[in-house]
Amino acid sequence: MANAQPSRTQTKLEPWRDPNEKPYVRIEKVTKKFGDFTAVDDVSLSIYRGEFFSLLGGSGSGKTTLLRMLAGFERPTEGKIFIDGVDMSNVPPYERPVNMMFQSYALFPHMTVEANIAFGLHQDKVPAAEIKERVADALNLVQLGQFGKRKPHQLSGGQRQRVALARALVKRPKLLLLDEPLGALDKKLREQTQFELVNIQEKVGITFVVVTHDQEEAMTMSSRIAVMNRGYIAQIGTPTEIYEYPNSRMTAEFIGSVNMFHGRILESEPDHSLIRSDEANCDLYVSHPGHLAPGTECWVAVRPEKVTISKEPPPTGDGRNQANGVVKEIAYLGDVSIYEILLDTGKRVRVTAPMVTRRTEMPITWEDRVYLTWRPFAGSVLTN
Amino acid sequence: MAETIQSEMRHTGFLGLLQRVGLSGRALVMAVPYAWLLLFFLIPFLIVLKIALAESQMAIPPFTSLIENVEELKYQITVTFYNFHYMVTDDLYIVAYLNSLKIAFISTICCLLLGYPVAYAIAKADPKWRAPLLMLIILPFWTSFLIRVYAWIGILSNNGVLNNVLLWLGIIDQPLQILYTPVATYIGITYSYLPFMILPLYSTLEKLDNTLLEAAADLGCPPWKAFLKITLPLSVPGMIAGSLLVFIPATGEFVIPELLGGPDTLMIGRTLWTEFFNNRDWPLASAVAVALLLFLVVPIMIFQNVQGKQGGHP
Repeated sequence: MANAQPSRTQTKLEPWRDPNEKPYVRIEKVTKKFGDFTAVDDVSLSIYRGEFFSLLGGSGSGKTTLLRMLAGFERPTEGKIFIDGVDMSNVPPYERPVNMMFQSYALFPHMTVEANIAFGLHQDKVPAAEIKERVADALNLVQLGQFGKRKPHQLSGGQRQRVALARALVKRPKLLLLDEPLGALDKKLREQTQFELVNIQEKVGITFVVVTHDQEEAMTMSSRIAVMNRGYIAQIGTPTEIYEYPNSRMTAEFIGSVNMFHGRILESEPDHSLIRSDEANCDLYVSHPGHLAPGTECWVAVRPEKVTISKEPPPTGDGRNQANGVVKEIAYLGDVSIYEILLDTGKRVRVTAPMVTRRTEMPITWEDRVYLTWRPFAGSVLTN
Repeated sequence: MAETIQSEMRHTGFLGLLQRVGLSGRALVMAVPYAWLLLFFLIPFLIVLKIALAESQMAIPPFTSLIENVEELKYQITVTFYNFHYMVTDDLYIVAYLNSLKIAFISTICCLLLGYPVAYAIAKADPKWRAPLLMLIILPFWTSFLIRVYAWIGILSNNGVLNNVLLWLGIIDQPLQILYTPVATYIGITYSYLPFMILPLYSTLEKLDNTLLEAAADLGCPPWKAFLKITLPLSVPGMIAGSLLVFIPATGEFVIPELLGGPDTLMIGRTLWTEFFNNRDWPLASAVAVALLLFLVVPIMIFQNVQGKQGGHP
């Protein structure tokens, strides 16, 4: 998963780091209530021009409601939304410079593919010749040049998805909203389409906001991700930041899998933190800036792939970031194996190790005692 | 070996008996509607057709029989197309047919214009209100059709409710002659058949995917235009179904023009009645009935086609 991620963030500018850059979409203290239920809770968010921004969260996290407020189908109970500097509070959906690709695609069943794509252009009174040209361009962009005369029910799911994308793109909106754009496709097609969507976005240069519940999808495509949970934003950052430096247990556990060691701060210094963990039965050394008072309760998150597993005890050192236990479960996935190790403290730790050797030569098996180590940068200190 | 298993699989009792004569349960279930159609539709139709091909006579029954026993073992079949020929040559029947079609057509349009907003409003209402609202549409069926038509006499007559209210309001100073005019027939048919328009329209509009309207709005289409471009075309199947459900029975309507329409509202149903009961010309009346059926077969087939399509493409 992590290795499939294209290096977008390195090659692209990162406008959100530039204090002089003006945000393109500004969501200011937006709250949305349905009766007693708060779907979106005091969300503030800035999205910059040309971004591929993902709203990631489980069901009921408020991500779709936030997207629908950008489209204008829902009105914020409190707060304001600005697109390109214009307050959208009183702008109805049909006057917003925004287009949406619906999860169900919402293609008009009584119109041909061409008529579907031309629909939005007709509303804008674009001259007929230009409509024809732009529809043809849009069809070529999504590689559906031959299918213009078909009706939606004569297309496959993947083709319908492309028509929906073409229909939303053809108006060249300032902002394209995509609600679970790949949700209805099967796994293989989804993986192909992820990269295609990124390529199309780079080609047309439109700002994309994508709602998804699939963390892999968000990691693959996004310039930045906002992780949402129960209506609020848990963390905003690039895929790397979210994965490597989660700011909360919620984010750490939602993205990928993670081992959480409960403990208390011993030392908190500008260059490191030292945590005493009874669960790991060792001291944990984390080489990130610490800012917590000694004695504070905390958790150290360590990703399974950052832990080294070995049958040999590590050379004696300070005993930090070291644990040992018995192998209880092994899952062989081909490229990697997942081990579950039961520590003497009763804590279960998950470790993934790449299969460099053939399985037949695999030295570690069930009930072996193994030694786990990880480097100081592997952990993150979390408090909530 | 195989035979013992087969014999074990055979049922005993009634089902076993059916199996022995080669009827499975499935065929039996399928046979029921066909038997119904045969018994209550095809056979009566053939009887009517037989009478239509006979000649009128003063006897009981008042028509000549199709097959006559001339002498022993010699039968003679007499078929006459006189009645059909007469129907085409006498203006009365053609005028009555055309008038029926006209009245049915105008009534259907009225039902459509009145029924569409009602069906639309119910389909857009809060889900908890939809069932009670539909109930109100169906409620009139709980009283007799005849009584409801009679009630309109009380409303439309010269000193009826409508005229009294209009006089009291000062809108008119002379009672309007509505009863016993074609207008009263239109009102009666529109009123009576309105639910048949509303119900299929409602079921089409209720199924309409709301995200399509959101998509239209998203693409820059204001609500009124989205109604014309999305809702209206997608509700065409419902409009056709409702229109045919109104048009087909309205064409053959007898009671409403008889009670509300006055003597000059000529409809084929009334002509039929007159031939049967006043003139006692059963063969001619039967010919009129057969012709009416043939007239209506075309719209019925369109209706069937639309129904089939609706099932095929959701």
